[in-house]
Amino acid sequence: MEFTFFLAGIIALATTLRVITCANPVHALLYLIMSMLALAVDFYALGAAFAATLEVVVYAGAIMVLFLFVVMMLNLNNETVAREKSWMRPQLWTGPSIAAGLLLLAMIWALVTGSPASGRIVGTELSANEVGMALFGPYVVVVELSAFLLLAALAVAAHIGREDRDLAAEGAEHGERVTNHPGDH
Amino acid sequence: MTGLPISYGIGLAALLFLMGFAGLVIRRNTLFILMCLEIMMNAAGLAFIVAGAQWQAADGNVMFILIITVAAAEAAIGLGLLLQLQKRFRTIDIDAASEMHG
Repeated sequence: MEFTFFLAGIIALATTLRVITCANPVHALLYLIMSMLALAVDFYALGAAFAATLEVVVYAGAIMVLFLFVVMMLNLNNETVAREKSWMRPQLWTGPSIAAGLLLLAMIWALVTGSPASGRIVGTELSANEVGMALFGPYVVVVELSAFLLLAALAVAAHIGREDRDLAAEGAEHGERVTNHPGDH
Repeated sequence: MTGLPISYGIGLAALLFLMGFAGLVIRRNTLFILMCLEIMMNAAGLAFIVAGAQWQAADGNVMFILIITVAAAEAAIGLGLLLQLQKRFRTIDIDAASEMHG
């Protein structure tokens, strides 16, 4: 279990590093999918088999395919890769990277000096049955809030993603109405 | 001694989160910014799973499912905004959308 955890963790870190340094969006996306698959292996090593399945199916499957569709719609070419490279000059990324490194040092310091939790993770498997019992038992309000959230996201995505000609048509209709009934205002 | 100390798992989550954070700050391409947000959410989910494994409770997995839901909603809205940005400004540079000059 420890070996699997460390191996998958190293793969996840390496592929994530490639995601944030890669200039080509499609390559970065493929590295991101690799990173998520490695994290799914980590979840499995920690005993959360149901979460590992969800990570592969929902994250690497659904959300990343959504990203891939958008990349296809954006019509990216070699010119955009060159522009992306020109945006990644060292003077632009050294400062933020040092800031993130300092935050990491603070977090590691907190982990090292803080009182450790007693016991170690042995990777006892947690079945989907237990997760489901918790989800629809004490956490049922969270499930309903997720339903709200998804409905709101659907409405917002439909509103943001609509075509401009709808806007133009609405504007024309509104203008017509104003000219037809000038006394309304 | 068999088993894994919790600080290793939380440390991995912190490393991934800060990588996502660094990417978020250094990138100007909106698509990469959204990808870095996904990395950060994924790292938060890993922290929940690690904590759930430490205390052998299902609560960590429940929170992970909630995080996946939030990430899906965020990706849908963010990619919609990205397509609007591309349509209106003909670029996916996030600095192009600074019309308020903030």
